[in-house]
Amino acid sequence: MTDIHRDIKPLGERPRILQMQEVDKTFNGNVAALRRMSLTVNEGDLISLLGPSGCGKSTALRLIAGLMRPTRGRIVWDGGQSADDLGVVFQEPTLMPWATVIQNVYLPFRLRGQSLASVRDRIGEVLHLVGLDKFVESYPRELSGGMKMRVSIARALVTNPRLILMDEPFAALDEITRQKLNNDLLSLKAATGCTVIFVTHSVFESVFLSDRILVMAPRPGRVISEITVDQPYPRDSAFRTSPEYAAIARRTSDTLMAAMGNTEMEAET
Amino acid sequence: MSIAEDGTSGLKPAVNEPESALYDAEEARYARARRIEAVAKWALPIIVMTLAIWGWDRLVVINNIPKYILPSPGLVVETLIKDWGILYPSMLVTLKITLTALAVAVVGGVLLAVLFTQSKFAEMSFFPFAVIMQVTPIVSVAPLIFIYVTNGFVALILCAWIVAFFPILANTTLGLKSADHNLRDLMTIYRANRWQRLRYLQLPSALPYFLGGLRIAGGLSLIGAIVAEYVAGSTAAGSGLAFRILEASYRLNIPRMYAGLLLIALMGVAIFMITAGLNHFLLRKWHESALKRD
Ligand SMILES: Nc1ncnc2c1ncn2[C@@H]1O[C@H](COP(=O)(O)OP(=O)(O)OP(=O)(O)O)[C@@H](O)[C@H]1O
Ligand SMILES: [Mg+2]
Repeated sequence: MTDIHRDIKPLGERPRILQMQEVDKTFNGNVAALRRMSLTVNEGDLISLLGPSGCGKSTALRLIAGLMRPTRGRIVWDGGQSADDLGVVFQEPTLMPWATVIQNVYLPFRLRGQSLASVRDRIGEVLHLVGLDKFVESYPRELSGGMKMRVSIARALVTNPRLILMDEPFAALDEITRQKLNNDLLSLKAATGCTVIFVTHSVFESVFLSDRILVMAPRPGRVISEITVDQPYPRDSAFRTSPEYAAIARRTSDTLMAAMGNTEMEAET
Repeated sequence: MSIAEDGTSGLKPAVNEPESALYDAEEARYARARRIEAVAKWALPIIVMTLAIWGWDRLVVINNIPKYILPSPGLVVETLIKDWGILYPSMLVTLKITLTALAVAVVGGVLLAVLFTQSKFAEMSFFPFAVIMQVTPIVSVAPLIFIYVTNGFVALILCAWIVAFFPILANTTLGLKSADHNLRDLMTIYRANRWQRLRYLQLPSALPYFLGGLRIAGGLSLIGAIVAEYVAGSTAAGSGLAFRILEASYRLNIPRMYAGLLLIALMGVAIFMITAGLNHFLLRKWHESALKRD
């Protein structure tokens, strides 16, 4: 796995990957999903987009993924964008039910015209990282919800993309599985040095995982606050009970409440 | 307890705790219910069918119904064997028409469905034609076809094809369009081209829908072939099973009519079983409809 490892520099020294500059997104000419949304992604970041339902988190991710165009503003990739810059994990595992685990993870390579033989080692390595060595030839229906999610993460990681987008990937899972996958995500990040934008509406998940939390306010969606989680990795379950964790969670939660309170007041006036 | 000991849970080690015994008893009951179901699945249709035939036979014998009104089942089978030399070649003719029409419907339906999903304009232009072809009763169109198409065999295939084609087209089009939207986004993100999108996402997604269409089309192509033969009467190539039945009816050979009917029914059942088997074989690994739940 050394050939895919990227070193993570300290916050502040990381080269920039992408900038979202004052982006507006309006649906059907009147639904303002995003207004003046800006964010910067640096190499090695694990950024959480945190906000209430409907505040435009998925919209922001879809814009970054190039699945739709901004109504106004720009999204700029440093050094231009190419086909293998992105990996995506959706809220649902989004696996092809007719294909085995290995074929699902092979998909990005297959679309590039690479033979299975030439990437088999790489796929094996990533499936090992997510702990699915024994299920290479299984069909998705034979796996549990958490295992399907791991396959989905493996597929996003396998091409070693510059940026991985995750849209509430663990929201549908139970608390125990979710914590386990959160731990695993941090191990994966340590092992690969990948850069992640992680959408969630769980304060605790965002504090545990990220080095930066972008708190979003709804209607119109925008980033209203950035919280830096200046706690070193690796973080393990002990971090969840530390006073630092509690303090940051508290602060994040207050910011989020304030963000929602603001809009409620705006709506009233 | 006695249920748990009847050998159904032979793999389980003997246990003394009342709780596990209870659990085993329940499991055994469940297993037994499943075994009964498996047997009933085959036994029930056979029993009902046998009873029906027996009832038919009794009806004829007790009421002394003459064979030119209702032949007994035994006589029908006897006729089938006696007239095998006439009926069997006719069955092959009808089978050939049915299968050729079905094959052309499959190829044409799938190709057109792919064309429809590749180009909205193609769909807008041609879909109404497909609907008109579908809703116009074949009996009313067939005479015209027999006037324009001089080769009787081709005309018969054309009629059967018109009937069988639409379910394949409609189902496959629906299937190609119903690929998971997140997977479609994934294809866009990885910059898949049209062909890759079709090959790796849309066609596999459409397979269950296509097979559903095939099951309907299999039955319809046989119906189309038979109806067309009836309409054609003796003018066309005229030696299929429907023609034989018509011919027998002119001669008031009722037992032979029944024998022909029996062959047609058997063909229909065979086609149904083959398409259902194909469905199971292709989907058994992954699709909900073919999965065994326990
Ligand atoms: N395709 C669309 N057409 C019209 N409106 C849309 C569309 N997609 C999103 N919206 C609107 O944009 C707003 C933001 O939606 P988005 O899905 O980005 O929210 P979200 O933050 O991801 O919410 P959740 O946490 O529930 O997933 C919502 O008000 C939604 O109604
Ligand atoms: Mg969302």
